[in-house]
Amino acid sequence: MKRIINEMKLRLIARGENESVCRAIISAFVAELNPTVEELCDIRCAVSEAVTNCVVHAYPDRGGERRDYIYISVRLYDTREVSVEISDRGVGIENVELARQPSYTTGEASERCGMGFLVMESFTDAMTVKSKPGRGTTVLLKKILKP
Amino acid sequence: MQTTLKIVANEDKLRAYLPRELDHHAARPIREVLDRRLFEEKPTVLILDFSGVEFMDSSAIALIIGRASACESLGAAVILTGLSEHQKKLVRLSGALRTKNVSITEV
Repeated sequence: MKRIINEMKLRLIARGENESVCRAIISAFVAELNPTVEELCDIRCAVSEAVTNCVVHAYPDRGGERRDYIYISVRLYDTREVSVEISDRGVGIENVELARQPSYTTGEASERCGMGFLVMESFTDAMTVKSKPGRGTTVLLKKILKP
Repeated sequence: MQTTLKIVANEDKLRAYLPRELDHHAARPIREVLDRRLFEEKPTVLILDFSGVEFMDSSAIALIIGRASACESLGAAVILTGLSEHQKKLVRLSGALRTKNVSITEV
């Protein structure tokens, strides 16, 4: 049975400035498990993709209103597992399978390349995406650090 | 370590020293400045220098692919330099190197 050794929850406004804030906080939180540079890069990159999705896609045309939040929950386990859940209560994704395809994006082609889910999946050990149109999206990322 | 973009023109080459953090939020102004300089100076080579970049995600890939297509219309090549191992992994994963005028160099 794996045990939680530390846990935190964050709630941030879905704005671009918070992309780097999330990465910094999560890096500091995970430091307790002494991840390698490579592992930390993987986590920072995967988290950044998920947070950017919230900023870019979850709350369109609302210009960062006060209640457009990103909810992040991070858990560290004694099995050296890091789990990061990133949620929003935005528009949701109509077709998650389609959204996960490389190069698929509804964003502006000049700034998004549709690689977000591919990066999250490649840089972690497991990724699950749950979404309901009109209700929001939750991405769960798991990374198991080397002993 | 710089936090802002620096662009140096040398004959027909344009070299862009990219800033420390290259995420979606940071990439937007960089894209605009780079495109303006590209079309003003019409170089034959655009060098994107990542040696000062401590963090990047797929926004950097979008930046590379977008500039590659701008350069293609100018007949220019894009050279990526100073990438860390992790950054190379990201670039390879994205397939950005399949774009015909993009290549990686160590120098």
